[in-house]
Amino acid sequence: MRLIAEGLAGERGGESVFSGIDLALEDGAACVVTGPNGSGKSTLLRVIAGLLPAAGGTVRLDGGGAAFPTVASASHYLGHQNAMKPALTVAENLGFWRDFSADAEAKPGLGVEEALEAVELGGIGHLPFGYLSTGQRRRTAIARLLVCHRPIWLLDEPTAGLDKASERRFAGLMGEHLRGGGIIVAATHLPLGLERAVELRMGLAG
Amino acid sequence: MLALYLRDLRLAFRAGSGALTGVIFFLAVIATIPFGVGPDLNLLARIGPAILWIGALLSCLLGLDRLFQADREDGSLDLLVLEADRHMPALTVLVKCLAHWTASVLPLVVAAPLLGLFMNMSATGIGATTLTLLAGTPAIAFIGAAGAAVAVALPRGGVLISVLVLPLAIPVLIFGVSASYGAVNDPDPFLQPFLVTVALTLFSAVVGPVAAAVALRHGAD
Repeated sequence: MRLIAEGLAGERGGESVFSGIDLALEDGAACVVTGPNGSGKSTLLRVIAGLLPAAGGTVRLDGGGAAFPTVASASHYLGHQNAMKPALTVAENLGFWRDFSADAEAKPGLGVEEALEAVELGGIGHLPFGYLSTGQRRRTAIARLLVCHRPIWLLDEPTAGLDKASERRFAGLMGEHLRGGGIIVAATHLPLGLERAVELRMGLAG
Repeated sequence: MLALYLRDLRLAFRAGSGALTGVIFFLAVIATIPFGVGPDLNLLARIGPAILWIGALLSCLLGLDRLFQADREDGSLDLLVLEADRHMPALTVLVKCLAHWTASVLPLVVAAPLLGLFMNMSATGIGATTLTLLAGTPAIAFIGAAGAAVAVALPRGGVLISVLVLPLAIPVLIFGVSASYGAVNDPDPFLQPFLVTVALTLFSAVVGPVAAAVALRHGAD
């Protein structure tokens, strides 16, 4: 599988924030997008996911097969928000995304309890999501990446609110994903602990 | 899809949701009318179906602004949109509408017979009005979804949604009320306007979600 972006340009509110971004990521490759605030990191991720129209250029996925015909269908998008409902329990939230995103043709993901164990939140599945701390909420959102398999992870400031131990654990999860042939594009200010990651600096050329 | 329906239903019945606001508003409107109109029982019985319908229509509009906004604020909407290749967006909207209707509008239909008593309506009139509400209110939810999708990015979009949706919901109101009158006033037909109400619901079940899906696709920012 190959994620390819050619001459990608994005705009926000009618103003161009970046242009001419080229990317080609193979199985097991990671790209860390860095740059100052307002340099278009989040916009780039949203354009790649297909949530925002590209102002120029194209994004495509080669070799996705029948299970993943488009970039959007092959992607997990972890944005600034956690996409969880405070009124539902952690297990209900994850269970919903697991059922809703399930794909018969893709590899099955982890069970809800296993995914919570993987982010060291085992045993809190019965608590309403609204009761959790900021870091725990972020870890629950990370657990969502595990409950169903998607080859591409688009991560927007994934470690915001995490402590050192959780950051290391998350680096381990990302490493595992890459070893399994996954692709990661992450926008961040903080080092993520990814080896062999390509760095894309925003706000210099554009 | 069933997972989405169940999640929205659960959310509606958990603490802090506004699902019952509509019923309480409906109750308040209908309970106030006899005081305002006066104790003329014949008059109340005559305007009963129309008042029930107008009350239900306005109550339906109350919760609409949260239909997509709640999902947008916590980022769920992005993920629902991203799943477009697996779940057709219009179908996702349709399921959300059905959950919204079950949780917020069906209680109105259930409360309608009781409130019909306040209006001194006959048993036939109450039955016919409840039946037309049951058949007609889904149309309001489907049309409302399109309005809610257009206004999803606006922080105080509730009023705008009402203004957008009300004109489109007027035909449902007209035929719903005339069917209710047809059941009690002899020369007037019941079946024809009732069937038109059903047709409006079926029509908007297709057009509403498709329009809403398009609006959400282009409103995602």
